[in-house]
Amino acid sequence: MEFRYLPMTETDKKEMLETIGVQKSEELFADIPERVRFQGDLNIKPPKNEYQLMKELSDMAGQNVNLKSHTSFLGAGVYDHYIPSIVDHVISRSEFYTAYTPYQPEISQGELQAIFEFQTMICELTGMDVANSSMYDGGTALAEAVNLAAGQTKKKKVLVSRAVHPESLAVIHSYAKGPGVEIIEIDHKEGLTDLEQLEQHLDEDTAGVVVQYPNFFGQVEPLESIRSLVDQQKKTMMITSSNPLALGYLTPPGTFGADIVVGDAQVFGIPAQYGGPHCGYFATTKKLMRKVPGRLVGQTVDEDGRRGFVLTLQAREQHIRRDKATSNICSNQALNALAASVALSSIGKQGLKKMAAMNIKKTLYMKQQLQAQGIDVLYKGAFFNELVIRLKKPVKEINQRLLEQGFIGGYDLGRTDERLSDCMLVAVTEIRTKEEIDTFAGEMGDLNG
Amino acid sequence: MANQDFPLIFELSQESRTGFSLPELDVPDTDIDEMFDDAYVRQDAPHLPEVSELQIMRHYTGLSKRNHGVDSGFYPLGSCTMKYNPKMNEDAARLAGFSHIHPYQPEETVQGALHLMYDLQESLAEITGMDTVTLQPAAGAHGEWTGLMMIRAFHEANGDDQRTKVIVPDSAHGTNPASATVAGFEAVTVKSDARGLVDLEDLKRVVDDQTAALMLTNPNTLGLFEEDIEEMASIVHEAGGRLYYDGANLNAILGYARPGDMGFDVVHLNLHKTFTGPHGGGGPGSGPVGVTSELEPFLPKPILTKREGRCQFDDERPRSIGRVKPYYGNFGINVRAYTYIRTMGPEGLKKVSEYAVMNANYMMRRLQAAFDLPFDRHCKHEFILSGRRQKKLGVRTLDMAKRLLDFGYHPPTIYFPINVEEALMIEPTETESKETLDDFIDRMLQIAKEAEEEPETVQDAPHTTIVSRMDETQAARKPVLRHPME
Repeated sequence: MEFRYLPMTETDKKEMLETIGVQKSEELFADIPERVRFQGDLNIKPPKNEYQLMKELSDMAGQNVNLKSHTSFLGAGVYDHYIPSIVDHVISRSEFYTAYTPYQPEISQGELQAIFEFQTMICELTGMDVANSSMYDGGTALAEAVNLAAGQTKKKKVLVSRAVHPESLAVIHSYAKGPGVEIIEIDHKEGLTDLEQLEQHLDEDTAGVVVQYPNFFGQVEPLESIRSLVDQQKKTMMITSSNPLALGYLTPPGTFGADIVVGDAQVFGIPAQYGGPHCGYFATTKKLMRKVPGRLVGQTVDEDGRRGFVLTLQAREQHIRRDKATSNICSNQALNALAASVALSSIGKQGLKKMAAMNIKKTLYMKQQLQAQGIDVLYKGAFFNELVIRLKKPVKEINQRLLEQGFIGGYDLGRTDERLSDCMLVAVTEIRTKEEIDTFAGEMGDLNG
Repeated sequence: MANQDFPLIFELSQESRTGFSLPELDVPDTDIDEMFDDAYVRQDAPHLPEVSELQIMRHYTGLSKRNHGVDSGFYPLGSCTMKYNPKMNEDAARLAGFSHIHPYQPEETVQGALHLMYDLQESLAEITGMDTVTLQPAAGAHGEWTGLMMIRAFHEANGDDQRTKVIVPDSAHGTNPASATVAGFEAVTVKSDARGLVDLEDLKRVVDDQTAALMLTNPNTLGLFEEDIEEMASIVHEAGGRLYYDGANLNAILGYARPGDMGFDVVHLNLHKTFTGPHGGGGPGSGPVGVTSELEPFLPKPILTKREGRCQFDDERPRSIGRVKPYYGNFGINVRAYTYIRTMGPEGLKKVSEYAVMNANYMMRRLQAAFDLPFDRHCKHEFILSGRRQKKLGVRTLDMAKRLLDFGYHPPTIYFPINVEEALMIEPTETESKETLDDFIDRMLQIAKEAEEEPETVQDAPHTTIVSRMDETQAARKPVLRHPME
């Protein structure tokens, strides 16, 4: 069998082994004790040539219903948006995608500058002072924010709204076990965080309050009121998770005094990819700059006075600070941060506002069409691009029928919330057309009976 | 901005220029501001650039030219396994049936993706000798933390709450002690001996009934196989601790040895290293974790199972450590790794390690005349040189690294591991040709000669890069982390 990724010839091998001073390459493995040396062949599939393997993979991919083959109204944290063609052309430049972390600034200015631009864009979107170079995803970024708040305030309790993405909430619980942070879940009421309950639990031991804006149900949380509540306690932080596209229309959390803003930039140029890789972001205040997890790029000058960029404030990070680091994160989502930057450059200042508003307008239109079909749309508050609807038949069954009509239906809220076991979360982005919305609403009306 | 500075995208911006083509607003254009309380309607638009599509393309093409990747040239960065990233993998990951599927689609609509994931889990379990694998962790450090949380849950389930310490060698990656802390443990260091291996006597000294785990990279970060692994495993196991395998260096032993057979209980892999998921300028990666059946109940949930030819997620896992990531891991990277494993098969993967190890030994033997070799024995996939000799001449390892830039090479990892003075850590990988290795060696020998004869040439390097050395002190003292607007 030939292996196109392995260039050594038999002549090369012979010469090299001679230089090393061994007869056979096996001798180089003699330090692996006999008893732990693997005998025989690994029981995995035999190698396959490029053409046939690609055909097999295409067949596997072909078995999946996808967001291009069907019309999707599924969101719940992962969205189907317009991706400018230019995004993939840029991130396919292999100088970017085959590079490692830019530890050698002289030959990594491209990556470093791209990240610096990404950090700037995230600051602009969120209204915060500082943003890092990216996190794994919005969920783990939120969990890191919770632990940061507890560490910084030296308080051990964090209140988290149940209107936060349920999987982010689950990740928060997992991460909190490490440092022993107590997580108290606050109910939702009318689609929004129950502020009365929040106030009851908020006390001097509260390190932070976590809400999502817009929240998991698409509703816009009253950050102004939440900030006033949080201000009743010294040092307590307001942490928000935000869909950054929504911030093209909504007042950013920074304006309301958020201490940490996190979220996922998947909405900018990154395909769903069955949930990953996406692109977490982490933004905060100048005050917390030296507590930020992960890599930060800073601007400086070279010996000749030229502007340049370097990884900076590395004393926070695991490769320098080891067990005293602010986080253990090493790899991040740099290439996806690049994708988001390209998409944001393309959409631009005017496009972002239009795109965000278009999400709201099309969702509003969907609301009207569903109501016209006699479907109960829950909650009265303002929304971004998602709606909660109550159905008379099981959500799973309706989704099955929708699939037969070429639709990927909404998220079954019963998966994670007993009180909403008969509810569906419907997402409408800017790429859905009036015709698709009309047809979907009509189908929903028929299926709901 | 000085004249010679490469512009920021924001500096190209002109009001009303556009680079987008949004879908049509074909629904009634209502005044949505009325829906919102005034305070929630954004007043100041974020300062995003207003640029044309060609400007964007030229900007990023320009930036890409200011960046060095594996496709640009040799990248012998130790511990990072900078091997070739196959182009076929990129195409596979971009198939619409993989890239445009939603994690909440009904399972029956994504069986192709689930089968790929399941098959990858099985392959990784076989390669590592573990019983079960989860693909949920997003990267190596994430996998480390996941594995440690499982070990913690295991001890707690046994009523062993006093096991609060995680032992890491002094040569370990920084993520090991950092992950231990994040998982709520105290990191304890075990020393290396003169061979560059874990000092068994010191290990016996630090292991006690508070030991939760020993984290080990094998081969270790010096590129040396921990040949006492069986004894180390029994020391830790007899004390009730568990053995954690950091898979960063798995590229050295594919098909030659398996962590499971060495006595490891938990393994994480870096699919972006050994299995060619590209590094992406820092990520995204993928960090699957494999465990023995003893630890299986604690795996993050959900787990992917297969019954009667159908794949499904199982969320009913009462002893699970919970979710470590939303959705199911970095699927896009997993597709790339799967494609690679299927390309190579058992025979190919074994050759990978054979050549990775042969290449490292060849370079080590040719370079040892000019540089100090702290551990003179066969290495695995990487080796360590020390720049002590050159330092005495006033040339630091950093200077030599910068000089390599002049020859179009990415330098090796420097000043790591921390237990070697002026360390240079070289990992050639298996995908480089002998011609490339020879040229790099010649340049290294030339630099060693320059250090003796004309040290300033090295001290002042690099001479040919688009920027010279950066003022990192200023960057840290007066941090500028974003471009100021207006």
